[in-house]
Amino acid sequence: MPVPVPTRQAVAAPSGRWVPVMLPVLVVVGTILLLWYAGAVGLNAPQVTERLNNAGNPWGWSDLVSAAWAMERPVLPAPHQVALDFYRSLVDHDIDNPRNLLFHAGVTLSATLLGFGLGLLLGVVLAVGVVHSPVLDRGLLPWIIASQTIPILAIAPMAVVVLGSLGYPPLVSKAVISMYLCFFPIVIGMVKGLRSPEVLQMDLMRTYSASRPQLLWLLRLPAAVPFLFASAKVAIAASLVGAIVGELPTGAQAGLGARLLQGSYFGQTVQIWSALVMASLLGVALVGLVSLAERATARLMGTRP
Amino acid sequence: MSSAAPAVVAKDLSLVFQTADSPVTALSDVNLTIERGEFVSFIGPSGCGKTTLMRVIADLERATSGSISVNGMSAEAARLQRAYGYVFQAAALYPWRNVLKNVMLPLEIMGVPAAERDSRARQQLALVGLTGFEGKYPWQLSGGMQQRVSIARALALQPQMLLMDEPFGALDEITRDHLNEQLLRLWEATGKTVIFVTHSISEAVFLSQRIVVMSPRPGRILEVIDNPLPAGRLLDMRESPGFAEVAHRVRLALRAGHSYD
Amino acid sequence: MTGAVNSAVNVNAGTDARTGAGTGAGTNLSATDPAAMSATVNMNAGMRQSGFALGAVAVFAALMALSTWILLQVHGSGPRAQDTPALWLALAVWAVLAGLMLNRLALLQQPKPLRLLAPGLLGAALLFIWEVGVVGWNVPRVLLPAPHAVAQALVTRWEVLWPDFQQTAIAVLAGYAIGCGAGLAAALLCDRVDFLRRGLLPLAGLAGAVPIVGIAPIMVMWFGFDWHSKAAVAAVVTFFPMLVNTLAGLAATDAMHRDLMRTYAASHNATLAKLRLPGALPFIFNALKINSTLALISAIVAEFFGSPIYGLGFRISAEVARMNVDVVWAAITLSALAGSLFYGLIALMERGLTFWHPSYRQ
Repeated sequence: MPVPVPTRQAVAAPSGRWVPVMLPVLVVVGTILLLWYAGAVGLNAPQVTERLNNAGNPWGWSDLVSAAWAMERPVLPAPHQVALDFYRSLVDHDIDNPRNLLFHAGVTLSATLLGFGLGLLLGVVLAVGVVHSPVLDRGLLPWIIASQTIPILAIAPMAVVVLGSLGYPPLVSKAVISMYLCFFPIVIGMVKGLRSPEVLQMDLMRTYSASRPQLLWLLRLPAAVPFLFASAKVAIAASLVGAIVGELPTGAQAGLGARLLQGSYFGQTVQIWSALVMASLLGVALVGLVSLAERATARLMGTRP
Repeated sequence: MSSAAPAVVAKDLSLVFQTADSPVTALSDVNLTIERGEFVSFIGPSGCGKTTLMRVIADLERATSGSISVNGMSAEAARLQRAYGYVFQAAALYPWRNVLKNVMLPLEIMGVPAAERDSRARQQLALVGLTGFEGKYPWQLSGGMQQRVSIARALALQPQMLLMDEPFGALDEITRDHLNEQLLRLWEATGKTVIFVTHSISEAVFLSQRIVVMSPRPGRILEVIDNPLPAGRLLDMRESPGFAEVAHRVRLALRAGHSYD
Repeated sequence: MTGAVNSAVNVNAGTDARTGAGTGAGTNLSATDPAAMSATVNMNAGMRQSGFALGAVAVFAALMALSTWILLQVHGSGPRAQDTPALWLALAVWAVLAGLMLNRLALLQQPKPLRLLAPGLLGAALLFIWEVGVVGWNVPRVLLPAPHAVAQALVTRWEVLWPDFQQTAIAVLAGYAIGCGAGLAAALLCDRVDFLRRGLLPLAGLAGAVPIVGIAPIMVMWFGFDWHSKAAVAAVVTFFPMLVNTLAGLAATDAMHRDLMRTYAASHNATLAKLRLPGALPFIFNALKINSTLALISAIVAEFFGSPIYGLGFRISAEVARMNVDVVWAAITLSALAGSLFYGLIALMERGLTFWHPSYRQ
């Protein structure tokens, strides 16, 4: 007996793509905020209860909660505390005032960008070398890969001290650390990209008797561009980490890393969190910049309309 | 044939895909009855809906209107009862399992005990002529052998029906001929219902009892041709005049519905 | 003229070698079986290559020894290397020859162990240049110690470095296990609940841009100075790559394979266990390898923010303050060795569990 099959609902074309994309993210972020507020109450409770008990007056849940969310040196600051401190530091002071987070962000940013630029250059040059020279390919590439197991960040303090004693400004030493951290993804990505053209395309170039530089410029480099941008995103994030860690050891006064360290020494929790938020925003903005550059390049190269 | 319900009954079956720019009618008013134990081929150019029709029978797609019944029940119920074995265009074997374990996969899912799994799998491998290859891994086998393992796997659950979607399309002609013959012998020995999708006219004529000729835009059945060639066919039959006549009829039907735009 | 060319061609084609004008008639082509012949040729080629390699290494080592001898003579008698042309000359000759030899050695592929020759020799060469450079040019110890000084520090300060290593190792292993485990669990949960996946995945991607090591001071505040805070940092750092990669792996199965599971009426869990998880293993191992170095680095950096009086990170920052640079390098060498070992173990496990992946078949 044939069983009628349930017919598919007519699917209305979605009016916009934003709702299905943004809604889950907003829900997750909202949940995180809720948990954060709850966590703030939970973690700050011991100190708050002690203080309220010492004050002597009877207190209830609402007193606990409002006190927990307004502590001076909380174990876990409430989101609005962090947001307020962040906003105040940006608005209340001039940009070149060390109390302004943007000042510190600028210091870290300069080291990040310098390190990223150097790392990009070094990475591309090494990648081109690896692709063209068997010595570098078989001999150096394994060591480059092994170098990532060296916790180079551990050298950061030493590099800063040593380069500082040689007279180089801290910017340079931080940039060197950043460069070391970011050249690796660039090398790996570029090598993959430079080797990505198909055998057919390489054979075609051979029939044109193209020289090696021509092959590099006309085929390999354009093919490597998507790989370059993919690894550039990883590299710039790594460069930021390098710059921040580079600020840790020397008692540096400026930079987001220094701010984190200061906050940790003086128990200024909210300051730490603000610095972290700034660092996160900086990281996201940098990666976003690379994405924009990628889209612009794709448009220039014609791979995108 | 037996008085049991037919293997497949499709009535006014239609399937419209909603795509980004405009809806695509993959199947339009398909009416077809396939009896148990039949060997039927679906043939047609790309986009004619032959694979889509088979996927609807397999409950891998849902029709947007009309009805389909498999073994007298809904396609979904038939799938949940594991009424058929599906063979894809590619072998789709798991590279992390050896040949024997690959054939045992459906049996594991069904919860068959280990000893019985082993013996049944070996049985199916013997049926497709791969005894001795149980320990090999898929990448160690040729394309034809991988497809044979795929067929053995489809047979492992001992289903009443075999759905085969251009299973030999990726193989060279010599291997394909050999496998065609093996498949025919297998069908004769087991009496299962076989639905076979192909775009090779000689394959369809050689293997099946009925040939369903389909055409694209919209996907529909043009003609169902009865194949008068006798049972017990051998490869040599492909040179006979009777074969050429049936192939000619198929070709005419294809040309009638085929547009080259 | 043409006779010689013809006989050369005949020799190549393997036909009866009637020697023309003495064209390399040494090859004995009496062996008629082509398979045996090619096997013999291959073995001969392999032996020739090994012989060449051994010879090259010997020359390499001899030149290095010569330069070192000159260096010791120079250093022993006082004047700085810049005033000794002999050292310059020896090093220059050695560098040129080494470069040429490495160029040739890098092309050797068979037998397999020869592939280690190029990276091995290059590494040795770099160490040699480091040693000679530092000693010969009297580079101040504070700036860059010689390799032998680092090795010395490693040995003499072992009783301090070993407990440091243990302290850091506990943090790394605990953080790694927790982070990777949580990442895997979260990925499986996201797999089940698509809404969660769509919400969490973009955030996990963003987290890659955030310098997560910055949470170290907060972790120290919450978990104290001991290894727990470092493990917490390592856990958070390793969580996101694991989540992202596992989800990518779970999504990577072919539509065909998933359809096959549908035809078996397999449950979600059966499909997960038998198809999607084994198929996701290459991605999972990719994350596990990345995480091994990430966990180590994060734990060490976290120790910069506050630590009891042991731990590799602590040792590094403390000795940097005291300018004992060779101990710092010794600690770094120790962590590099441990990190490589960790990575290597995971790579071995990967080989065992994903032996079937096409990347292992050349």
